[in-house]
Formats: sequence, structure tokens, C-alpha cells
Amino acid sequence: MGIIKTDRLVFEYIRRDEEGNVEGITRAVDEVDLDVQKGEFVAILGHNGSGKSTLAKHINAILYPTEGSVWVDGMDTREDKDLWNIRQEAGMVFQNPDNQIIGQVVEEDVGFGPENMGVPTDEIWERVEESLKAVGMYQYRKFSPNKLSGGQKQRVSIAGVIAMHPKCIILDEPTAMLDPNGRREVVRAVRALNDVEGITVLLITHYMEEIIHADKVFVMDKGKVAMQGTPREIFSQVEKLKQLRLDVPQVTLLAHELKKSGVDLPAGILTVEELTQALEHAQKHKH
Amino acid sequence: MLRDITLGQYYQTDSVIHKLDPRVKLIATICFIISLFVVKSWVGYAIAAIFLAVSIKLSKVPFKYMIKGMRAIVFILLITVVFNLFLTPGEVLVSVWKIRITKEGLQTAVTMAVRLSFLIVGSSIMTLTTTPNSLTDAMEKLMKPLKVFKVPVHEVAMMMSIALRFIPILLEETDKIMKAQIARGADFESGNLIKKAKAMVPLLVPLFISAFRRANDLAMAMEARCYRGGEHRTKMKPLKYAGRDRIAYGVLAAYFAVCIVIGIYL
Repeated sequence: MGIIKTDRLVFEYIRRDEEGNVEGITRAVDEVDLDVQKGEFVAILGHNGSGKSTLAKHINAILYPTEGSVWVDGMDTREDKDLWNIRQEAGMVFQNPDNQIIGQVVEEDVGFGPENMGVPTDEIWERVEESLKAVGMYQYRKFSPNKLSGGQKQRVSIAGVIAMHPKCIILDEPTAMLDPNGRREVVRAVRALNDVEGITVLLITHYMEEIIHADKVFVMDKGKVAMQGTPREIFSQVEKLKQLRLDVPQVTLLAHELKKSGVDLPAGILTVEELTQALEHAQKHKH
Repeated sequence: MLRDITLGQYYQTDSVIHKLDPRVKLIATICFIISLFVVKSWVGYAIAAIFLAVSIKLSKVPFKYMIKGMRAIVFILLITVVFNLFLTPGEVLVSVWKIRITKEGLQTAVTMAVRLSFLIVGSSIMTLTTTPNSLTDAMEKLMKPLKVFKVPVHEVAMMMSIALRFIPILLEETDKIMKAQIARGADFESGNLIKKAKAMVPLLVPLFISAFRRANDLAMAMEARCYRGGEHRTKMKPLKYAGRDRIAYGVLAAYFAVCIVIGIYL
């Protein structure tokens, strides 16, 4: 069993009218089976309302399944006694950086998680230092969060989660409110955590560029897993992605269109370098 | 706008007073305020003035900076003085038409003015030299005995520090909503007070909605980071008394004792 596993997970939002009668039921997550191995970088893609954030909140035991189950490192999220262990092992970073920073100074915010866990004072300081260094924000430790840019704030949020020494991090659209520069900063920090520290990463996003480096990609639509595979496998199905209202990276789209009009190219090209190489290759074969 | 209020905002320098434990400063401020109402003679006020002057000097906060933020309070001070001056009955000193100034009136007006201005300056020394965060820490620690009576001390302190953290964010948001409304033809400037207050409604409603949404998000983020109230919690920056704090307590005790003695005998 992987570090995160869901088994036929179903979650239903119940809408009620003013008298409290059930008006309707929305199935936000519909029979999702997920299995994430330790050390993996997994991306979950989906447009708005596809159920990807609801799914993420299950892994941190903020929401509980209506049907099916979720296991984090072998612990069932419905077991009350494991609740705090689950929240410590599966750290969560949310979308809006302003609404998740609690401290008035960067270092105090990073220390918030360890404080809650009851870590001794000296060790809190060690953890704060090491996690701020891991995201490259150590020189800002005395700053007020209000003076930082969006990307920097989000990196502080990530540091706040790492300070709890989690085994995996779930990032729920961490870049949705950032500008391209901030987005790059955050994605770089997340990749470094996965590569260097070996932390399992579950990145939820609707930006295609961010999932290129993932080991595995799940595409969600209407609460169901619509596609899964490596980024290359996913991106080779351009037509299907379009049906799911997802944008493909420009390079992939260009390669796809070229292929359609008769150029001999492999499917699922992800980067500019790959495309130029493939084009050179195709040219040579022509001659 | 609201951002210009400097009254009691933390002033960053390196002084003995800045370094004192926030609990010492909090207790000292409370003692100072009590002492102002205990003493009734000029000797007492003189001692309070000396105590205050020494504290100001030690805090290294420029006196001008301290005074600058107090314009709004001068108005309240003036009203108190005027009311006391003209409305206290007693031995008449000056009388013009129906307005009389009595000896007792003059006396209470002056003492009120001295008391109030000392009180304001005294408490602003505390807020100028202590970060809001350490102040809430101090309150949490000092009020801990109240836990016996089921007072949610930790929760109150946490709420205060979160409120402080969100003040600039909500101010910025107010500004944004205001500009958005102005761009659509809202008018916050003209009209009388009632009209102005009414114009605030379309500003407050979205502000409240967004504040609730933020509160919801923040609560979720705190839970995700294992927050479960004050139990089992350790501190990153625990409060510890140092040698200078003990000296400060000694000085404070001496001052307070002198004030009480003067209050009783003079």
C-alpha cells in the first residue's frame, strides 16, 4: 500500500433549503481510487469544480468520506485517535497565501505547526531554520508576512508545513493566485523538496506547465478520475484533454497540430528542446 | 486614513525598556495608572512625572514621536478640562455673564488634565516599546490563573494576535472595495453624516463577507497544521525573566510604595 491510498472514495455535498430540507445532493468526488507511492511527485489536474480540492481535503482529514475510505501511511482518516498524526504526516498548503499565515513574523508562522505539536523550544528553532532554508526564505525570517510578495508568502506557507516534518505535502492550487514569477518560484521550491528531501508531493493545479515533471498525473472531471498516467501519456491525448476543458502546453499543442498535418513526430512532446530535436530528426529522415 | 494613526504603534529601537519582559511592562503600566489615581498632592504628581520622564528617556523613543500620535486625544482632553472648569460649583474666582470659574473647578480641571495626559503617555510607552505579539503573550501568561474559572485565556490571546495580523490585510481590502465602488460611481465624500454613513453600507457588506471567508479559510489552515487549542502546546519564544526584569520590578515596587504612602499622608 502506498503512502496515500483511497478506495472508491465518494463525497457528497448536501444542499439544504432554508427549512433544512434536503434540496439536492452533489457528488463532488465519485468513486476515486488513488494510490501514491512514497517519494512520488503526483499531480492532480482538473478544471474548476472537478472535485480536485475536495479530494485534497480528504487526505488531511478535513473532510471525511461519505463512502469508501482514505488511508494516509496506513492510518484510516476516520479514526479519531490518528487524526493529529495524519495531519502531521500529510501537510497541506492552500490556495490563498494571506489566509493561511498565522504569525506576524515569518519565523513565528513557520514555528506555529511545531508549537501545536508540542515540540520543545530549541528544536522548534532548529526546524524553523532548516525549513526556511529549504525554501530559500531564511533571509526573510524577521519580516512581516505583509511585506512579502505572493510567491514568497506561499514559500513561507510551504516552510510552515515542512517544519512539521511531514511525509507528504498536499498543495491545493498553491499557484492559482500568483503571477508567473511567483508561480515559477513556488514550483521550483516544491520540486526541490521532492528531489532533495524525498517528500512525497501531491500537487493540485490547473496549470499544465506545472505537471510536466510529475511522476504520475491524474486528470479529474465531474468528481471522477478521467485519465491517469505519466505526463507524456496524458499529453499525447490532446483531443481528450480539450474535451475536458483543459489547455495543453503550447509546445505540445504545436507538435500535435504538426503531427496532424503530416509531420512525423512522436506523441506527447513536453518541452521546446524535445520538439526541436524531434523536428531535426524528422528532417534527417526525410532526406 | 486609518493608517496614519501612530498612537501606540511599535517603535523599533534598542533600549532597556524594549528589552524588558512584556509582563514587567504590562504590570508597570497598570501600577502607574493606579498610582495616578492614588496620589492627590503636588508632591505625588511630581514623583509620577519623574518616573514617567525617566521611562521616556530610557525607552529612547523620541518624545516628539510620542506626542505626534496624540492629536485626536487632545480633543477629548480639552472637553474634559472645559467641563470641569466651568461646571464645578464652589468658591467663585472669575465670573463673566453666566460663566463662572471656581477655585475647585480650576483644581479638578488641572488635576484631570495631568492625570489623563500622564495616563496616555504612560500607556503609550508600553505599546511603543512592546510588539503586539509579545503583549498578547504577556497577557496570556499573566491571566493563566483565570483558567481555574474556565476563562479561555489562550483562545482570547490567539484571537487578539490573529486580529492584529489581519488589520493591515483588511485595511487593504477596504481600500480595494472602496476604489471598486468609486469606479462604479459610489460617493463616499459628499453629504451630511447620515448620508455618509449610508454610503458605507455597500462597503461594509462585501468587507464582512470577505472577512468571514478569510476566517473560514484560516480556521481550516490552522487545523491542517495541528492546531487544537492551548493544550500540549509549546512556545517558540517562551517568556523568561532576566536580571534586568527583577531590577525593574524592584524599582516599580519602590515607586508604587512611595505613591501609596504619599496618597495616604499628603
